[in-house]
Amino acid sequence: MLKRIYAIFRARNLEFIRDRSSMSWNIILPVVLMFGLSFIFGGADRTEYRVGVLQSGEELDMNQHPFLGTRYIQFVVINDKDAGFRRIARHRLDLLVQFDEPGSYWVNPESPKGYFAELALLQSENSTTFGIQKAQITGEPVRYVDWVLPGILGMNMMFSCLFGVGYVVVRYRKNGFLKRLRATPLRAIEFVIAQVASRLVLIMTITSFVYIGTKYFLDTRMDGSYLALFLVALVGAIALLSMGLLVAARVTSEELAGGLLNLFTWPMMLLSGVWFPLEDADAWVRQIANIFPLTHVLNSARAVMLDGATLLDVTPALLSLLLLSMLFLGLGAAMFRWRPS
Amino acid sequence: MIALEARKLVKQYPAVLAVNEVSFEVSAGSCFGLLGPNGAGKTTTVEIIEGVTPATSGEVYYFGKLAGNKFREEAGIQFQNTALQDYLTVRETLQMFQSLYNRQADLEHIISECSLEDLQDRDNRKLSGGQRQRLFLAVALVNKPRLVFLDEPTTGLDPQARRNFWDLVSRIRSDGTTVILTTHYMDEAEILCDEIAIMDVGEIIAQGSPAALLQEHYQSVIIELPLEDVSGDLDSIEHRVLETQGLIEISTNDVNTSLEILATHVSGLNRMKIRQPNLEDLFLDLTGHSLRA
Repeated sequence: MLKRIYAIFRARNLEFIRDRSSMSWNIILPVVLMFGLSFIFGGADRTEYRVGVLQSGEELDMNQHPFLGTRYIQFVVINDKDAGFRRIARHRLDLLVQFDEPGSYWVNPESPKGYFAELALLQSENSTTFGIQKAQITGEPVRYVDWVLPGILGMNMMFSCLFGVGYVVVRYRKNGFLKRLRATPLRAIEFVIAQVASRLVLIMTITSFVYIGTKYFLDTRMDGSYLALFLVALVGAIALLSMGLLVAARVTSEELAGGLLNLFTWPMMLLSGVWFPLEDADAWVRQIANIFPLTHVLNSARAVMLDGATLLDVTPALLSLLLLSMLFLGLGAAMFRWRPS
Repeated sequence: MIALEARKLVKQYPAVLAVNEVSFEVSAGSCFGLLGPNGAGKTTTVEIIEGVTPATSGEVYYFGKLAGNKFREEAGIQFQNTALQDYLTVRETLQMFQSLYNRQADLEHIISECSLEDLQDRDNRKLSGGQRQRLFLAVALVNKPRLVFLDEPTTGLDPQARRNFWDLVSRIRSDGTTVILTTHYMDEAEILCDEIAIMDVGEIIAQGSPAALLQEHYQSVIIELPLEDVSGDLDSIEHRVLETQGLIEISTNDVNTSLEILATHVSGLNRMKIRQPNLEDLFLDLTGHSLRA
């Protein structure tokens, strides 16, 4: 069994490595995106003030305090105090306020926008008699390039996993190569494992290469352990590869495969937090986003890179990704079709 | 010993019955030919036996047992149309396929047998038609098969490449390997096969050794001459066979009498040919239409 898996694994690796155009594209795209975004967003920041309101419900009651009527401030509901503190520390929130008794607010003393948001709070009607308590949370700001790096690497992994496996399997099926393999002792699960393993090695190599490059040239932030980050990427890639194989399990048309893969990739690209955070999105959007493997990959990677999360902290996310992978792989192998119907 | 037995194979597609209760046996060490025109159901029948197309009903037995893992391990298959992994050299392609089997032939011997020595480092996408066919055959041999399927192996090859291929198949057979050949070239079948089955519209319409089949159906010879050389009524000659492609073919068991009659009806006998009936004639007799239609 291992000999057969290795034979297909090796052949697929050779095919990919010798297909210079595909391999170059897999490396060049994320690098260009990283440097492009770094240049574009290098000096820019949010133009609007953002204040978190710590409360239990989702709906913000605008009548609970006059401060909530302040113009040019975006108020967002924060349910998790620790998450709010992290956002203050990262300068992703300018101020965090709790109006329930006893009233409190938290501000980062190193944040210029936090200073002005605090002034606005204190000058709002009755704020002094309100007896609101001040607390400080310190922390360096997270540059957009630091925040977006996991998103771009994750997006590249997603496209590489889904199209690199899904599309290839459909091509093999369409041109008859799978039919040729069917006439050998190779089993579907062996073929599937070999494809996943081959792409996994290539993706991890390329992603590591791109990450090291951006780390070196852009000095991107890394507060956690590299081992934890590597495991997040590894498990995430397995989940995405399994998803690609499931999509390609029976499809015989490259056009249909392209459509189906786009059906998965575009919602993930928009809703998994590749380009912008979903922390302030509506609850239903966040719930949909949680369905996608990429969301868990990016959240875990950012937790490790930006918040210093440990392997233990991201273990629940890794376990759910592994479960998802087993489900996709099992279904993919069971549904696998060697030749067009 | 029977190497392979197909029992009442049926393949029903929504709009067409491609294979209709096809049964035959193949003796170990023999070459069995499945003949017929395009669309006769040969490839579907063979692919059912190979296990790459599921049958609607029927069974395949390999050395007396239902074909399964042992069959996959011991069978070598050359498909009519197939693709290989891109960007691999000829040698890498053979190594990859060889690694899928527990039974393994000597790769150098196969490369040499299939005349691939000078091509072994070439990208398999850059081979000519004949070179590619030789590679497909080599792929079918990497597991030292006891049974080899060759599906239309010489289609598209030039005459010299076809003859070289026939020599190669003869050498494979000399090791005791059983060969199942599908083809629509009757000359190929006559040269290579010990036994043939002629298929048409999904059914076997004749089966036996080429010589026995011809003997069974013909006691005559065929006189062939251009239609434009013939004038008058040829009814007095027995078995007027066919007028096709500007030729008239007359099947007769009394050549002398037929020639005497012809002499009075043709403008000249210079372009006349007398030949033995072949499998193509047999097929035309049995089905009434051209083999390569």
